[in-house]
Amino acid sequence: MSLAIDCQGLIKRFGTYTAVQDVTFQIPQGAIMGFVGPNGAGKTTTIRMLCGVLVPSDGKATVLGFDVKSQPEDIKQRIGYMSQKFSLYDDLTVAENLAFYAGVYNLRGKEAAAQKDRVIERIGLGERTSQLVSSLSGGWKQRVALACALLHSPQLLVLDEPTAGVDPVSRRIFWDIIHQLAKEGMTILVSTHYMDEAASCDYLGFVFYGRLIAFGTPEEMKQREGKETLDDLFIYYVEREASEDPRNTKAGSGGAG
Amino acid sequence: MLRFSWTRFLAVLKKEFIHIRRDRASLIMAVAMPLGMLLLFGYAVNTDVEHLPTVVWDQSQTQESRDFVSSVRNTQYMDPDDYVSGYKQIENYLDSGKARAAVIIPPDFGKQLQEQQATVQVLVDGSDPTVARAVTSAVQMLGFDKSLQLQSQRLAAMGISGGTTLPLDIETRVWYNPDMKSRNFNIPALIGLILQNVIAMLTSFSIVREKERGTMEQLIVTPIRSLELLLGKLLPFVLIGFVSLSLILVTGIFWFGVMPMGSIPLLVLLSTIFLFTILAIGLLISSIAKTQLQAMQMTFILILPSILLSGFVFPRETMPKLLQLMGGLLPLTYFLEIVRGIFLKGVGLQFLWQDTLALCLFAVILLAVASKKFKKNLD
Repeated sequence: MSLAIDCQGLIKRFGTYTAVQDVTFQIPQGAIMGFVGPNGAGKTTTIRMLCGVLVPSDGKATVLGFDVKSQPEDIKQRIGYMSQKFSLYDDLTVAENLAFYAGVYNLRGKEAAAQKDRVIERIGLGERTSQLVSSLSGGWKQRVALACALLHSPQLLVLDEPTAGVDPVSRRIFWDIIHQLAKEGMTILVSTHYMDEAASCDYLGFVFYGRLIAFGTPEEMKQREGKETLDDLFIYYVEREASEDPRNTKAGSGGAG
Repeated sequence: MLRFSWTRFLAVLKKEFIHIRRDRASLIMAVAMPLGMLLLFGYAVNTDVEHLPTVVWDQSQTQESRDFVSSVRNTQYMDPDDYVSGYKQIENYLDSGKARAAVIIPPDFGKQLQEQQATVQVLVDGSDPTVARAVTSAVQMLGFDKSLQLQSQRLAAMGISGGTTLPLDIETRVWYNPDMKSRNFNIPALIGLILQNVIAMLTSFSIVREKERGTMEQLIVTPIRSLELLLGKLLPFVLIGFVSLSLILVTGIFWFGVMPMGSIPLLVLLSTIFLFTILAIGLLISSIAKTQLQAMQMTFILILPSILLSGFVFPRETMPKLLQLMGGLLPLTYFLEIVRGIFLKGVGLQFLWQDTLALCLFAVILLAVASKKFKKNLD
């Protein structure tokens, strides 16, 4: 099986501050990989490097066979990205947002129309296309954003805290779609704070102060540390790492991830 | 993959037009602000001194004194409509602002005029120096003319005919704006000021809005190139700029009757260059500002000095060197020279090439810096 993401010793420094330190992992195509960790741990920075947006300070990573440093444009055309913030235009209708992102992914004419129909059908947006995004609820906005990210049939879908602040029902619907997409062969990289979401991933990575401190399938990881649930495991990691973290002894030096 | 994509560019362009159509505030700003400013400056900002309310104390009440008052009226500077008797009342008129000038004719005016020398006192409200200066010189001129007329009559009566010719006659001709209307001076300049204010603000808003909403972050992850995004976002404002420009031109010509003496195509061409410097300024503002409020404040920081230092109101020649230099840093300064040159003097590039060159330099440098900053923000 070929690798969707191959990440070898990725490092990102902002001045003297190291946001991401020596992150190494591999995930095969069609897998769901979850990133968990506290806010500011470096999840978003790692994701942005893998999307070809941030240039790594050191290390090497290939995404879908393309190098993040030298071929970011090839990566951008083949991945779908949805961030924690709503990435839609409020004053545009659902259809206009879809049309804009179709254009941005260089889809035109018949192809664009066919892809729009496909995602509208798939996400169930049929009755909402003429509505302004500002009139939609959070859950629906999330689904429209997902639809926009799927327009160009990406091979890798990157979701940065996609369900933060979304109601449980919408969350369930959203994850049903994600699992369906993975079954069809799409690779998914997702960061989340919800342990139930993390449990349903094929692979998990715990990110802590810029380091990937544990990586594996959820079952493996629980067994390794002898914990019953992912919640327990998460809290165990946080407590173990926090006591070793130099910044907790040196007061007042924070940084963004 | 790195080629310019028309599909992506057109997607941005289409989206921008939808934004503008749905955003009533910017639509109003694009149409109502030029018209509003034009009417405001066309009517309110009038430095012409005309028809000042004037009060008269005619103690003489003779044919001569009435003749004098009507010749005061004929200067067009003063309207001697109110008659009083006594200094107290005059003071009252001037204090309250009901009159800006007072004419006091002595009781023996008629007699003195015939025999030796008559004295007429004119009091002027000097709060506004421009007004006071204009009135003073107008009445002095009047007095001089009157005296000359009377003197030659007297000489003629005495049988000396040569007395009617003056040894020195200064003929003045005012060129370019013969009626000396401040409207003719202000309205062409408004093209520059309005374009600058409206376009800089709208452009910076449109980009800052994407940052504020977080959509810029999303765009970074898509294959869109900064040039496609930049052109797609700026082109609508080039069009709005042209709409504003034609609106001002049409209103200026047909409503205020300010006809350009020179070539309109040249005016449009040079306005386009100016428009690009303004787009670049808007772009620069948007790369620094994080919110629309900041963008608005920065635009105002630009607007104030450009009204004061560009020569829009005050002549640059009389400013201290430092302020002149500061004014030289504003593209508007050069554009005002151009627009007034074309409108009032009707001159072409043979006289305007230096200002045009300066404007081109501004356009190239500002656009290069702004798009570089924009690109850096995007990467």
